[in-house]
Amino acid sequence: MEWYLPVIWAGLIGTAVAMYVILDGFDLGLGILFPFTRKEEDRDLMMNSVAPFWDGNETWLVLGGAGLWVAFPTAYAVIMPAFYLPVIGMLLALVLRGVSFEFRWVAKPSHRTWDIAFAGGSTVAAFLQGVILGGLLQGIPVTERQYAGGAFDWFTPFSIFVGFAVVAGYGLLGATWLIMRTEGPVQVFARRAASKLLFAVLAAMAVVSLWTPLALDRIAERWFSLPNFYFLWPVPLAAAFVAYRVWRALKEGNETLPFVGTIILFLLGYAGLVISNAPYLVPPHLTFWDTAAAPASQIFFLVGTVFLLPLVIGYTVFVYWMFRGKLAPGQGYH
Amino acid sequence: MFRLMSGAMEGAVEFDPVLLARIQFAFTISFHIIFPAFTIGLSAFIAVLLWLWLRTKNEKFHRLARFWTKIFAVSFAMGVVSGIVLSYQFGTNWSRFAEFSGNVIGPLMGYEVLTAFYLEATFLGIMLFGWNRFPPWLIALSATLVAIGTSMSAFWILAANSWMQTPAGHEIRDGIAYPVDWLRIIFNPSFPYRFAHMLNAAYLTTAVVVLAVGARYLLAGRHPEESRTMLRMAVGMIAVSAPLQLVIGDQHGLNTLEHQPVKVAAMEGHWNGRDPASLVLFGIPDEEARANRFEVAIPHLGSLILTHDWEGTYQGLTDFPEDQWPPVLNVFFAFRIMVGIGLLLIAVGFLGLYLWWRGRLFEPGLFLRFTSFMWPLGFIAILAGWFVTEQGRQPWLVYGHLRTADGISPVPGASVASTLALFVFIYGIVFTTGIYYINRLINRGPQGQATAGAGGLPNRPLSAAEEAAREATGRPVGQGPGKPLRAPEG
Repeated sequence: MEWYLPVIWAGLIGTAVAMYVILDGFDLGLGILFPFTRKEEDRDLMMNSVAPFWDGNETWLVLGGAGLWVAFPTAYAVIMPAFYLPVIGMLLALVLRGVSFEFRWVAKPSHRTWDIAFAGGSTVAAFLQGVILGGLLQGIPVTERQYAGGAFDWFTPFSIFVGFAVVAGYGLLGATWLIMRTEGPVQVFARRAASKLLFAVLAAMAVVSLWTPLALDRIAERWFSLPNFYFLWPVPLAAAFVAYRVWRALKEGNETLPFVGTIILFLLGYAGLVISNAPYLVPPHLTFWDTAAAPASQIFFLVGTVFLLPLVIGYTVFVYWMFRGKLAPGQGYH
Repeated sequence: MFRLMSGAMEGAVEFDPVLLARIQFAFTISFHIIFPAFTIGLSAFIAVLLWLWLRTKNEKFHRLARFWTKIFAVSFAMGVVSGIVLSYQFGTNWSRFAEFSGNVIGPLMGYEVLTAFYLEATFLGIMLFGWNRFPPWLIALSATLVAIGTSMSAFWILAANSWMQTPAGHEIRDGIAYPVDWLRIIFNPSFPYRFAHMLNAAYLTTAVVVLAVGARYLLAGRHPEESRTMLRMAVGMIAVSAPLQLVIGDQHGLNTLEHQPVKVAAMEGHWNGRDPASLVLFGIPDEEARANRFEVAIPHLGSLILTHDWEGTYQGLTDFPEDQWPPVLNVFFAFRIMVGIGLLLIAVGFLGLYLWWRGRLFEPGLFLRFTSFMWPLGFIAILAGWFVTEQGRQPWLVYGHLRTADGISPVPGASVASTLALFVFIYGIVFTTGIYYINRLINRGPQGQATAGAGGLPNRPLSAAEEAAREATGRPVGQGPGKPLRAPEG
């Protein structure tokens, strides 16, 4: 039990983070794409395509944060101070883009400020999430179960690179979402953006895949030592194959496959990161087991989660199903 | 380079990280609580309006529900985004507290997310954007689920907060709290009182806002039918919930006297515990002199209220070591502001009932003019109440176990100071704009089905032409019948 519980919880929180990255990914992605369209109609349509969902999407971020605190309080207490500035910067960016959903409509016709807030907030939030991810991958100094670094330890070329990579990735998710949910000029725009972003994302994934093993021995050892290598080589191969399928689907005018393919691409990238770092929750010092909450606490929350998480996923699916279908220009829920 | 810079910054200015972390948290949580308090009450109000509409088929309920839903959407968005910040601030600013208490109150927060946040977020989407797609009963049901979600959220967060005030059901090993009995952790001694007090405060506050808006319209001669309904519903609610709040507050106070006597001593400005306490109506507590200056007090009444005995005594501030005192002045005044507003609202409720009974509630007079300006009162009382209980807990973060100064993160003061400045800047913009836009929505007022399309309103129903075009092109319109919802069917 003492061994399994933290592993189960790592899986659950990993799921919550993956859900967040995919759902808020396309949501933030729309904000990232915002500056590249000028027409008000198009922007209305883009925003309308997520208006009923954005709040639910961001709830996964709260679950990730709260879940980390519940299941791995030490990890939460180390990671948050380590990324103090980027975490708070990200939260403030999310504040600005979140309120834009409502403010922009009430402000019309003078809503330019909230266009900028939505685009800027989404892009900064995505960028800082990447910076935090990059910082976490490169490792956090810990002494006596507390963060032992400075205020700007996260600020490295690598973390900045990952920041840009995440912006490109969310942009791709957003563009492929638009291909699926819209038609007309917005879809044409999204298709063009998706092709470019796909190459940016692939390049970024390749760079991270080379940079991390070159810079960090523990990651090189994980991937290239035998017999690991035999089991792990399908992961990058699968990513390459999926990327090819997405590219073909974009060319062929397929509407759903690019989005689904991009999600799979994200999940494969995520799997790669898990392979690189498990069982470290705070690389390179603290594992799942080092940071786990008391078993009684993990069990108490697990019992509820087993019943509630399927329910949550159930009504997430329900609301997406209720609002399914294409959005035509000028048509919104608002 | 950056490390050099941060080092230089630390050298140049001395920041007190504990004080800064406290100011930052006080700022972000005070900003936040305004919106959940309002949306707890408003979601319940909207759900009631929608069910009334379904039952009576009276269109005024429909118009009112649509109108308040727009205001709800803006308020809820501000509550959500400021709430996400808080769930991370426990870690960014209070990491030692997060580690100390994670085993015990972490799961309560987790349950808040799973039971409340998803429920709210999901059905909010339907409640706000489903009008053209789904049958009315589904909208009403969604509003009800959102209302349940908001109260459920209050349940868990107040359980967590109450545990910090009156910790129970845990044990402490190696400086970390471990759970022993979950029921005692959740239903800790102060929780039932605090939960009832806050929930009722949310309903009362919302009723005051509804009253003010109704009064404003009546005075301006706008929307007479809707404003009369708002006035009647609000006065009825205030007349019940304001006196009820006094009763709950009294019980809460007795509970605090039992578990946190020094907080009550500060609230009352009660220094000397040997003699029966007077009720201090006004005064300026002076910690140095250990007395109130300019005191106006009624002898023995304090004892009567708190011990229910004319000659009763309870501990005063001087019965405790000074390092256990909360900031007396703040707690003392915040308490008086809260109680003062509470008493005023009781008077407003009864006066409203009286005028209603005499058939003069809707006459443009002093009552309407006064109540039309009253909308912030509930919020001020809620903030004051939270100031009493949170500052009254000082110097403890977890009462009796973890001092506030020992709960902060190992983060340089300069970082906290710079993010504090950012919070003030961005929240300042968001808050003033939010209030401005809500005011704009109130000025537009409830719209009928016929006029709504023209105004470019956020939740406007699709015009008939758009609707027809959509049906003609055969685009999927979801589950609903795909026509504007003029009246409930069946």
